[in-house]
Amino acid sequence: MRVTVRLFARLRDIAGSGELTREAPAGANVAAVWSSLVAEYPELSAYETSISCAVNADYSRFSAAVAEGDEIAFLPPVSGG
Amino acid sequence: MAVRPATLITAAALDYEAVVRALDTTGIGAVAVFLGLVRDNNKGRKVLHLEYECYEALALRGLDLIVAEAREKWPSVRLAIHHRIGRMAIGEASVAIAAASPHRADAFAASRYAIERIKQIVPIWKHEYFEGGDVWIEGATADPDNAAAREEALRIACA
Repeated sequence: MRVTVRLFARLRDIAGSGELTREAPAGANVAAVWSSLVAEYPELSAYETSISCAVNADYSRFSAAVAEGDEIAFLPPVSGG
Repeated sequence: MAVRPATLITAAALDYEAVVRALDTTGIGAVAVFLGLVRDNNKGRKVLHLEYECYEALALRGLDLIVAEAREKWPSVRLAIHHRIGRMAIGEASVAIAAASPHRADAFAASRYAIERIKQIVPIWKHEYFEGGDVWIEGATADPDNAAAREEALRIACA
């Protein structure tokens, strides 16, 4: 299945794009999507323990299953205000 | 009557009167306004300007969640939060918060709570351009369900 990956701030800089389309195997969860991204962009591994994730613009968990067409966002530590 | 959205993310310069006008002031005796400004220094660096980016759909939800949390804690408080994104010069406002309440104590507390929660859970990032380089500022790992973080924001607000 195809999913859209959204990356922000330093994560976007590392990947060179804020929006990627990637194939994920059926039954994949958010963690699996992240792992394949880290394989592609090893520098992302530094964020393993500090990122949050969102599915379709709602905060989610790495254990959450993803579905065809989902928008999966990975968020480095925030710094608004 | 409220004439503007209570929560807003905009690339336009913030107007602190607009954040006050966003609130219905019927029965209100106090409005606390907080402005966050782009500071000219950070951790010993001379800051030249900032660029903010956000995940807009989720950031708006985050601001709405903060308004709902504040209402739960202070039922008589009305809160408006406007956050700017994009490039900002030193001294410009990046965030404007207005908290209206029948009495001043809750207005001050709710505005403080709002800025602390923004820094914890709203997906907005600042890219600092300083003399000699640039860096993404990374603060808190965003997790709205982190009860300890919410408690900490409440503790600071009510100190």
